[in-house]
Amino acid sequence: MTNYWPLAGILIVVIGFALRFNPLMVVVVAAIATGLFGGLDFVAVIESLGKAFNDNRYISVTWIILPVIGLLERHGLQQRAKALIESVRGATMGKLLVLYLLFRQITAALGMKDIGGHPQAVRPLVAPMAEAAAEKTHGKLSDEDNDKVKGMAAATDNVGLFFGEDIFFAIASILLIQGVFESSGYPMATWELAVWAVPTAICAFFIHGGRVLAFDRKLGRPAK
Amino acid sequence: MITLDWLYILAGIIFAIWSVLSALDSTNGKGIGNAAFWGLLAVSFFFGGQFSDLANGVLVLVLVAIAGFGQLGRSDPPTTNLVERAGFSEALGNRLFLPAMIIPLTAVVGTILYNWTPLGETGLFEERRETLILFGVGVVLALGVCMVWLKPALLAPAEEGRRLIDSIGWAAILPQMLAALGGVFALAGVGNIIGSLAGEVMPENSVFIAVVIFCLGMALFTIIMGNAFAAFPVMAAAIGIPVLVQQFGGNPAVIGAVGMLAGFCGTLLTPMAANFNIVPAALLEMKDQYGVIRQQVGTAIPLWACNVLIIYFGGFLLWN
Repeated sequence: MTNYWPLAGILIVVIGFALRFNPLMVVVVAAIATGLFGGLDFVAVIESLGKAFNDNRYISVTWIILPVIGLLERHGLQQRAKALIESVRGATMGKLLVLYLLFRQITAALGMKDIGGHPQAVRPLVAPMAEAAAEKTHGKLSDEDNDKVKGMAAATDNVGLFFGEDIFFAIASILLIQGVFESSGYPMATWELAVWAVPTAICAFFIHGGRVLAFDRKLGRPAK
Repeated sequence: MITLDWLYILAGIIFAIWSVLSALDSTNGKGIGNAAFWGLLAVSFFFGGQFSDLANGVLVLVLVAIAGFGQLGRSDPPTTNLVERAGFSEALGNRLFLPAMIIPLTAVVGTILYNWTPLGETGLFEERRETLILFGVGVVLALGVCMVWLKPALLAPAEEGRRLIDSIGWAAILPQMLAALGGVFALAGVGNIIGSLAGEVMPENSVFIAVVIFCLGMALFTIIMGNAFAAFPVMAAAIGIPVLVQQFGGNPAVIGAVGMLAGFCGTLLTPMAANFNIVPAALLEMKDQYGVIRQQVGTAIPLWACNVLIIYFGGFLLWN
């Protein structure tokens, strides 16, 4: 008889997020519940939480970029990004984001997934450019529409990265797939896997690119 | 050899400075909370490697208590106003983009040089960590260039950085915390339970439905864990390999590669993928913390369907 109780941790995460409790609190309560239901004692759960948190410090190291971005913003980086877009004739938000999507997919596919990203590219450059381009076409935006433009800029970065990076054969996810299949007796070269990321990448470009262009058209129309 | 520890010390110094500046900031009513939160994180970067697992665990609990009881505030250190920024933008021109480009270029060009030239044989960087270390090198270079070129006050980069980190707040460590949750889930065997559940609902003889369940499992498990990497070994062991490859004779390369991408569609839909979906909403100062996810639903769902069709046609119909 399988012990299904550890799944309660998942339930806690889902309910916690739905009720909008502080996510850090939700995660820790879920971790403790899962550990206890999984048969660990309380101290062992805290130990495993501490060990895993410590082992994953490299994830939070990337915030050291903020002083540089902040300093450049202090000297007008966002305004510069807007000015650059305003000077390009025929620039629209739709075209800009489609171009960024393509750029992000291609550079990620070549293994350059650190070009782009939210702190280093979207906040200082892509989002202000998208806002400037949208205002150029549609005039001053409402706060709500402005938020949607920002959301779409961030979404474009994510889609471009996720559905570009797996074409690069030396990326972590490809190595993980290779490792899992190899341990089950199906050895494959990384490029055999990477080539199958291409059809999805093309679908992602047309689906998201099409949505961006449709979003730009819809933005112009008065709300019903 | 330059190891990740050097980077941790650099990050520790930056978080320590933010902590001190928060403590001295009388305009932020919750300055002490901020000082404690960023200070503990600095302690974690400096000494986490020496602490026992239990001490690290207690540190995590205190961090969470500070954030969970609302003791983190948003600071507003003095900065330039919009008029001044427009003036700088005018005067400095497009050269302003160059320092920002130093960081990704150092990371990318450095990684390429290190891996494809004899440079790698010097053993200068810790193995497989060269990109992250080079990212740190890029930050230091860019900061140096900015200080020499723009000549701001000495504390300006620290204060501007603090303005940004406070606008992100507790969300800054959510990705790391979720990785820790993943560690506990693995220890408690959550993956195996989900795998056996998925195995039980499998139909006997429909390839198409098996593909749908495999892709659905990838997406749902990714939504729960916030990371397709956690879902993949589970779903591959439960359905991908035994059912799709061995029982139905599908192409393993297609099933592996596209199955992972079906999981990535789940990443677009979940607040658990905090660094992609929640942190940018905070960084862009959006009112709705789920605003990025809302813009991604319309892409993720049709793209997930495409992945199902690609596996079905590419992995079975064309392959056999």
